[in-house]
Amino acid sequence: MRTSWLLVCYNRMSSVIQVQGLTKKFGHQFTAVNDLSFSVHKGDVYGFLGQNGAGKSTTIRMLLSLITPTSGSIEIFGMPLQTNRAAIMQNVGAVIEKPAMYEYLTAYQNLKIFSALSGVSKTRLQLLHELDVVGLAARANDLVRTFSQGMKQRLAIAMAMVNNPELILLDEPTNGLDPQGIADIRNLILQLSREQGKTVLVSSHLLSEIEQVATRLIIIDKGCKLVEGDSKDLFDTSKTVVEINTLNNEQALKELLQSNWSGQILVDRCNSKQVIMQLDEKLLPSLHKHLVELGIGVLSVKPMHSLEDYFLQITSTQKYV
Amino acid sequence: MFSLVQVELYKIFKRPRTYIAFGAVAALIGIIQFGLKVDGKSYLDFMLNDLSSSLEIDGKILNGYLVCYVMLQLLLVHVPLLIALIAADMISGEANMGTLRLLLIKPYSRTTLLLAKFIAAIIYTLMLLVWLAILALFGSMLLFGTDDMFLLKTSYVVLLKESDVFWRYIGAFGFAALAMTTVAALGFFLSVFAENSIGPIVATMSVIVFFTILSTLNIPIFNIIKPYLFTTHMIGWKEFFDIKVNASNEAIIGSIQNPEKIVKASLVLVAHTIGFFVATLLVFRKKDILS
Repeated sequence: MRTSWLLVCYNRMSSVIQVQGLTKKFGHQFTAVNDLSFSVHKGDVYGFLGQNGAGKSTTIRMLLSLITPTSGSIEIFGMPLQTNRAAIMQNVGAVIEKPAMYEYLTAYQNLKIFSALSGVSKTRLQLLHELDVVGLAARANDLVRTFSQGMKQRLAIAMAMVNNPELILLDEPTNGLDPQGIADIRNLILQLSREQGKTVLVSSHLLSEIEQVATRLIIIDKGCKLVEGDSKDLFDTSKTVVEINTLNNEQALKELLQSNWSGQILVDRCNSKQVIMQLDEKLLPSLHKHLVELGIGVLSVKPMHSLEDYFLQITSTQKYV
Repeated sequence: MFSLVQVELYKIFKRPRTYIAFGAVAALIGIIQFGLKVDGKSYLDFMLNDLSSSLEIDGKILNGYLVCYVMLQLLLVHVPLLIALIAADMISGEANMGTLRLLLIKPYSRTTLLLAKFIAAIIYTLMLLVWLAILALFGSMLLFGTDDMFLLKTSYVVLLKESDVFWRYIGAFGFAALAMTTVAALGFFLSVFAENSIGPIVATMSVIVFFTILSTLNIPIFNIIKPYLFTTHMIGWKEFFDIKVNASNEAIIGSIQNPEKIVKASLVLVAHTIGFFVATLLVFRKKDILS
């Protein structure tokens, strides 16, 4: 009954996940996630991108109510997570960081346990079929401790999928996998999204990995949102990512946000010390002229060509305070 | 809830570590029974050394009831370690494996999950005690037979009629179950703070050793807190074997000398068990799962 009601709500919602002003502080010193807002739409493969320590796992753990946010709100399937956790979790599956399972049990026994915990009654044949989907049917009765990292990752995905969830959260699912394993996970994500209509949030510190599967993505750094948008726009090769340095970047950003150029601003949050925009290179002279007309002295305009160049720059240097 | 408890028990009894406790109890009981069977007379001579000149004792003194009592005196001090092996691992072990986060994203509240784990830990504790009872009591009854029970206390002797003993063991094991549940609750509570099993297991034993020493110290300043320490009451099972006597100094069959003491000890143990569980719940409900 509750699940049906949940699905009715879900079908009415365009946003499967709606996060507003999410902040997590550990102690008084460290802010892991800082005023983060984003939304994941139904059917999205939502790439959650950031370097190690950017706050991806903390955010995902807050989405799963493993960590209590310091402030902000999370809605999943249109319901506040804080007050509807059990109903929401009936339709969520997740693999969080390195795969975790009971190593003294077999693959089949692990799947059986998590099937029971999800409130799903499945026969042995059904569970074996699910292991077959991730290529583990032949190892169903082997202890998990004898499995390779890739096999554990595939079993973790089978465990996350055992309740046939509408929303799947995968935190760094390709960590420690060989190229074939990475390709298998990528294909599985695409299959889940395209063939089964699932909504998938997948985190990674590799842009190339996200680029191949994500329909929308967010880039975060030090817990702040840098970029969010449709993949096709962000990976638009006709547009260039440029870093603009002026005599007063703060004022430049403020003025641009209030102008017709606001749509081209890539980064407008996170105490950015630069003005980062994504636009057609031909428009650069007009932009330069606009800034000069506003009385802002332009020091440099540095094209980075693609989102990947920009991402590589932020993951290799610390430019945001 | 029922399916959660089932899953928790399934996990406990699929772990090889679980059977260490059952194996250890069986081995210890087997060795003691073997020793007493082979050389019980020497043991009795040593035990009755001071009394042999003033008392004439007839009948089978070294019977199953006495052997069980001897074993309980030895074993119930060490069983807490075996219980801590599992109870103190219930949360910390899952955190160590990373499976705690998987459990907590299932559609159950943290309270429900914690309660299921606690019930499973108690069931394990009770099963260990049942195992101990089967081997120590029934095994000894089978090996040594039954007769009146002769107990040598510090300053007096207790003689229990054969027909008046068995129910006392039921009471003693019931009380031991309460005491061991308190130990399980302590281990469970300490388990919530750690992300590996060793710390809480060692901490549980350290707490028990520390408070046991406090309970037995004869320093007046500690006498105020002694009645409130659970360790003071853990040996309360022995009270079932003290019998009342009438004005003619004859034992009253079916009586216990100080039943109020048993009730009070039980209440202290139950209060500690509830206290430890509630404290676990308060910490666990607010805990950020970072493992």
